[in-house]
Amino acid sequence: MEALQKIAKEALASKEAAFIIGYARVPGSQKTRPFIARDEAEAGQLVFDEYCQNNLAVYLTRIARPKEGKMGIVAKSCDVRAIVALLQENQIKRNEVYIIGVNCSGVVEDPAQPLSKENLAGKCNMCQAPQPAGTDTVVGEAKPYERADDKVGKLLAQLDSLSPQERFAFWEAEFEKCVKCYACRQACPLCYCEQCIADKSQPRWIESSASVRGNFAWNMIRAFHLAGRCIGCGECSRACPADIPLMLLNRKMGMIAMKEFNYRHGSNMDDPTLVGSYNNSDRNDFIM
Amino acid sequence: MANENFEPKITCFVCNWCTYTGADLAGTSRLKQQPNARLIRVPCTGRIDPVFLIKAFETGADGVLVSGCHPADCHYNTGNYHARRRWIFFRELLNTVGIPESRVHFSWVSASEGKKWVDVVNGVIDKVRQEGPFEGYKKINNEFALPEEVEV
Repeated sequence: MEALQKIAKEALASKEAAFIIGYARVPGSQKTRPFIARDEAEAGQLVFDEYCQNNLAVYLTRIARPKEGKMGIVAKSCDVRAIVALLQENQIKRNEVYIIGVNCSGVVEDPAQPLSKENLAGKCNMCQAPQPAGTDTVVGEAKPYERADDKVGKLLAQLDSLSPQERFAFWEAEFEKCVKCYACRQACPLCYCEQCIADKSQPRWIESSASVRGNFAWNMIRAFHLAGRCIGCGECSRACPADIPLMLLNRKMGMIAMKEFNYRHGSNMDDPTLVGSYNNSDRNDFIM
Repeated sequence: MANENFEPKITCFVCNWCTYTGADLAGTSRLKQQPNARLIRVPCTGRIDPVFLIKAFETGADGVLVSGCHPADCHYNTGNYHARRRWIFFRELLNTVGIPESRVHFSWVSASEGKKWVDVVNGVIDKVRQEGPFEGYKKINNEFALPEEVEV
């Protein structure tokens, strides 16, 4: 933690970074919150441990770009993938960000409980590399952690074994809970459109009321817009006040990207985006 | 589920340059086809946003057919390649939420393939007729329906 603060202070003092997007402790609690350190004194508040759940990459496209210096950001390896995804999609330039990679030993699912096999965030189960790559600097030490059951994968397999009618009923019940707060969109590092299709009214493709019909359209379109792009940070499900298992759809799309194209978004900043490119030899067998 | 008296509604999204012209050729050639298909002409298959398909199902379609120029034949060179990549994802997504592949069809029909168009459309209509009406959205839409008797 001191190493992180030291690097942040140096970056701010040398004007390499105009600010550092990081985590700070919530007073009187072990929980953390996103925190933007703009001077050396504030950099002293930065922390990193297993309670740092947020994917801070979401702020890179939402915060005002500094006139001088880079946008500093503290990033776990999963967050680095989101940053690389933003680079691939030309939303930020590499020389605009100063990435402080942190080696991660897994983060908690429920911040009120300590880290354990049972209380491990879903994304950490899927984590392939706890050490971030391609960052400007790396701090901390990655300790191996015990992985838990892959709940999302299990539920997805269960869902696939149902009939289409049963699947529709499952999602109808789930989407009925949606209150259209758009927290999923706001928490998503890759939902950066200045005008979302859900906000367009001429024509209004997606009904704005929180009715099942509009909720269906919204959640399907969001899943589709993230197809081949979602990096699996799970912030949408974490932000969802109605506990809709949004990661089921995102994971499914990720599985298709892997199966059909052997592609994982956010792995390499020089790769073209999946749905933004094409190949003459793409699968054609389902087309008459 | 299958009902012999059931006439499915099929919404077809067809590209202006190939399939629409192909369907036109089928008409001028006096080829017979079943009358269950509603055609919506779009500039290119690349213009078809998946939200169109959702809207079609929302508004009562039992099946959807999407059709455009053959690969390497696109009027805009690459529109259909981009579209194909999107469909690979979108049909799986629809399947995951319970709109099975038997209701969502894709084809390449060129401007000279009037006969193929008739075969494709008849095939899709038969398949969806066998599948029966799409009940999912009908139930949801009842939520929005006015009471049967409205006193003014």
